[in-house]
Amino acid sequence: MELFSNLAQGFAVALTWSTLLLAVSGCFAGTIIGSLPGLGPSNGVAILIPLAFSLGLDATEALVLMTSVYYGAMYGGRISSILLNIPGDEPALMTTLDGFPMARQGRAGDALVLSGVASFVGAFLATIGLMLLAPVLARVAYLFGPAEYFALYLLAFCTLGGLASKNQIKAALAAVVGLGIAMIGLDNQTGLPRLTFGELHLMDGVDFLVAIVGLFAVSEVFFFIESHGKQSAIGIKLDRITIPVKDIVNSFWTMMRATAIGFIAGVLPGAGASLGSFLAYMGEKAIARDQDSFGKGNPRGVAAPEAGNNAAAGGALVPMLTLGVPGSGTTAVLLALLLTLNITPGPTLFAERPEVVWGLIASLLIANFVLLIMNVPLVRLFVHILSVPPWLLLPGITLVAYGGIYSLSGSGFDLILMTLFGLFGYLFRKLDVPTVPVILGILLGNSMEDNLRRAMIISNGDWTYLFSSGISIGLWLAALAGFIAPMFLRPLLKRPARPESEE
Amino acid sequence: MKLALSNKSDRLFGLGVVVVALAYLASAAQIPEGFLSDPVGSRTFPYIVGTIALVCGVLIAVKPDADPTWPELPTLARIGIALAVMYAFAVTLRPLGFIPAAFFSSAAISYLIVPRLVQSLLTGAGLAVGLFFILKHGLGLGIFAFGKTFAF
Repeated sequence: MELFSNLAQGFAVALTWSTLLLAVSGCFAGTIIGSLPGLGPSNGVAILIPLAFSLGLDATEALVLMTSVYYGAMYGGRISSILLNIPGDEPALMTTLDGFPMARQGRAGDALVLSGVASFVGAFLATIGLMLLAPVLARVAYLFGPAEYFALYLLAFCTLGGLASKNQIKAALAAVVGLGIAMIGLDNQTGLPRLTFGELHLMDGVDFLVAIVGLFAVSEVFFFIESHGKQSAIGIKLDRITIPVKDIVNSFWTMMRATAIGFIAGVLPGAGASLGSFLAYMGEKAIARDQDSFGKGNPRGVAAPEAGNNAAAGGALVPMLTLGVPGSGTTAVLLALLLTLNITPGPTLFAERPEVVWGLIASLLIANFVLLIMNVPLVRLFVHILSVPPWLLLPGITLVAYGGIYSLSGSGFDLILMTLFGLFGYLFRKLDVPTVPVILGILLGNSMEDNLRRAMIISNGDWTYLFSSGISIGLWLAALAGFIAPMFLRPLLKRPARPESEE
Repeated sequence: MKLALSNKSDRLFGLGVVVVALAYLASAAQIPEGFLSDPVGSRTFPYIVGTIALVCGVLIAVKPDADPTWPELPTLARIGIALAVMYAFAVTLRPLGFIPAAFFSSAAISYLIVPRLVQSLLTGAGLAVGLFFILKHGLGLGIFAFGKTFAF
């Protein structure tokens, strides 16, 4: 069968010592990043991208390293949710609801093991889903012309923005800010400079890594100064770790349902893992017979969001690899990595660079087993790392971010630009303007414009060409629905309050 | 202070967006068109983007959300100082080299998060030297310990 021969090829790439080492170190770094409060998968991956380049890795290796970090961060996010009642990253928010109460009942170890197993189930099955679905979608993607791609990008902006902010207008603004920044630099088609304001440094455009690290990592420093590094002292002691066999068996079907929900949420371009864990939790609560016990330490309330968010993490890779459209903030960062490596995601990636795709998939399968070991028997190690205080962590992150970007570009101008992006990231997040669409805009802006221009060349300037095929009409309608629907669904999507920390 | 539901932030923000969008549209009008241009040309997409931004800015100013909780003035000042510190880091990284520039900025940021002088100085020194060796010799980043002003 084609699938197995592909997979065998993938394992041939993944099972070399250097790739294995990268996967293991990526998983390790990712789990740390995920578990540290305030450092989520997207900023973690963003900070590490410049470092990955300095290592001089080839495309497959760099991709294996960064996706291992990504998966690791999704696993690690639960640790501080359960022990500190602070989500290590946004998708882990739902895990605080039952994880922290469980920990307070003296079952911190059980909650960590159960959620670790749930993470494994979600991530592992989602990787298999990725393996089965991605090649099919890649074949469909061959039918896409410039008009369809233009509509697809629009769909990504609409759904991602629609769910990212309470205010649609601000989400739309965020997207056009990104698109506007993408226009800066030389015009691909005429070779003439655009919107550079005579600044020589802007001729090449704004490097998206500078924007990503600024918006995601540098802005975090301002938030920590605002909170005076407070959110860190409270916590729960972890004394012994046993395997709660009964809970794991009881929540088997919970994990299965949550995985399915999470995977679908991840594949749709949208809020990715956050939405996946949310829907998985709410779904599980809705069908449970003991609804009252949710929010009070129900083990299934721990298993569902963790299986859901890890499944969504795998699902989000599907549109990113096959269509070049990320399904979440972190996959947007991974797309930045691909573009910097000169790999164009899309159907041709599967046809021309199968070793990259299948090597990645095989590594993800291996990474899941590594992560299971790290996050169940070795979880204590990461609990110690949690106690790194913000006054040490944040300066460290700053140095790594600046050193990494400087090492890549060697330009002081880029560092100043990054600082400005950090300030804007702080202001935007304060004003509830989501930053992920900004990144997406910078990443996809030029490609979106190119597709529009190519479509108009084909049609000789006839704008109705944009709506001329069934696929593109479908995408336009989906985009419209994705933008409008959240306005009505918002009351339903309201998150339950986090449990109180103080007694 | 009274906790009135104010919305000045968004009004100001929307206004700022309008100004930037207008400036963006004005500079988009200056974009040179090539001789063999396609039907869309170099200006259309920036025009679309600028116009949507303009509309968004107006809508935000007209229909503002409630203000976020902004930090108190002293904290705001700290954030301002942090911004200045990072700007200084960006500017001095090349002339001073990684270790001195990193020492000053990380000590300052550490102090801004938790104001304990000795702890911050030690953090700065430890991070500057420790991370230099990890980044430079562990990961092979192209950074230099001391700038040319010291080394030559």
